[in-house]
Amino acid sequence: MIISVASGKGGTGKTTVATNLSASLGEGVKILDCDVEEPNSHLFLNPQIEKTEPVFTPVPVIDEKKCSYCNKCVEICRYKSIAIIGKTILTFPELCHSCGGCMAVCPENAITEKGRELGEVAIGKSNNIDFIHGKLRVGEAMSPPLIEEVRSYIDPDIINVIDAPPGTSCPVIAAMKNTDFVLMVTEPTPFGLHDLKLGVAAVKLLGIPCGLVINRADIGNNDVKIYAEKENLPILLEIPFERRIAEVYSKGDLVVEKIPEWKEKFLELYREIENIVKKGQK
Amino acid sequence: MKIAVTSLGQDLDSQMDPKFGRAAYILIVDTETLEFEAFDNSKNANAFKGAGIQAAAMVGNKGAKVLLTGHCGPKAFDTLDAVGIKVVNDVMGLVRTAVTEFDYDKAIFAKTADTDPYS
Repeated sequence: MIISVASGKGGTGKTTVATNLSASLGEGVKILDCDVEEPNSHLFLNPQIEKTEPVFTPVPVIDEKKCSYCNKCVEICRYKSIAIIGKTILTFPELCHSCGGCMAVCPENAITEKGRELGEVAIGKSNNIDFIHGKLRVGEAMSPPLIEEVRSYIDPDIINVIDAPPGTSCPVIAAMKNTDFVLMVTEPTPFGLHDLKLGVAAVKLLGIPCGLVINRADIGNNDVKIYAEKENLPILLEIPFERRIAEVYSKGDLVVEKIPEWKEKFLELYREIENIVKKGQK
Repeated sequence: MKIAVTSLGQDLDSQMDPKFGRAAYILIVDTETLEFEAFDNSKNANAFKGAGIQAAAMVGNKGAKVLLTGHCGPKAFDTLDAVGIKVVNDVMGLVRTAVTEFDYDKAIFAKTADTDPYS
């Protein structure tokens, strides 16, 4: 089982939901923080990091001695990361998306790859939960290959919870695609609804079953619920805007540990997700 | 000497385009004869990445030695610099005036890019 926790809008409570859901389930769960620009699941789970590994993405190196200046690599590169002017060859590794097209079309075999460091992956344990997160290098813009690397630690035999980045662009798609269920966290405000609609549109394109968690459920207005009903999106959990919950969060603690009745609510959330996924498989 | 000028139109009496990578047209003008070639840059202007690099490569491949424009971003600047093309920023007005008033010995050439990436 792979569940991705996503949202259009940032700050709705993805990490709160992902960490509390994982902690409720306990043994046999792996949490993968794919919000690699600003990972923060570790703040709530305090994992013991056992291993940290740098992550590289391949970029081209052109051997000027072999190059015949045919321009084929320049033409195939959608990201314009190679320029040939006369007999001067320039590469812009920071633009490269590592597709390998330039190497494939080079008739002289003049192109090889070298690694450009994107960031690192940290692997550890938080009590009995497996913990993985990716951390993008400061100044780096290319997060999807790092997210893929974090996802390579998915164990299909257990429950995997992915904490996705906010938004709807490539990093979010990299975190959500090929998961069994997308849990969208939103809030009942015009901002929450606006970005929820964008997020749901992306999930629909990917064809993944989806349900909602409404955080700070007793503020704002009723429009998110009206939208959910119209779109046939199940509301699987509502978290009220309660001082006790906010206090626990602000100390970096888990709601399910400090307010035990929430553990059962998160376990029920998981059971509902499991039911929806099973129905879809039939 | 050939110089490249960013332009909103296809002839010497057009207004200059302040952008380089995403300029509407790039004119390659011979400063002696005022003969010119106009290149439609719309493919670059609408490119989602690498417009400056492509425009710079085109200018280089056409044999221009100087670029007159409004602003030049870092990747375009690095590309031009790699093949020894000098850049003059903040040039405005008609292409013809810019070319006729250009004086290689008095010109102030940019030492670095003058805009941030992707602006």
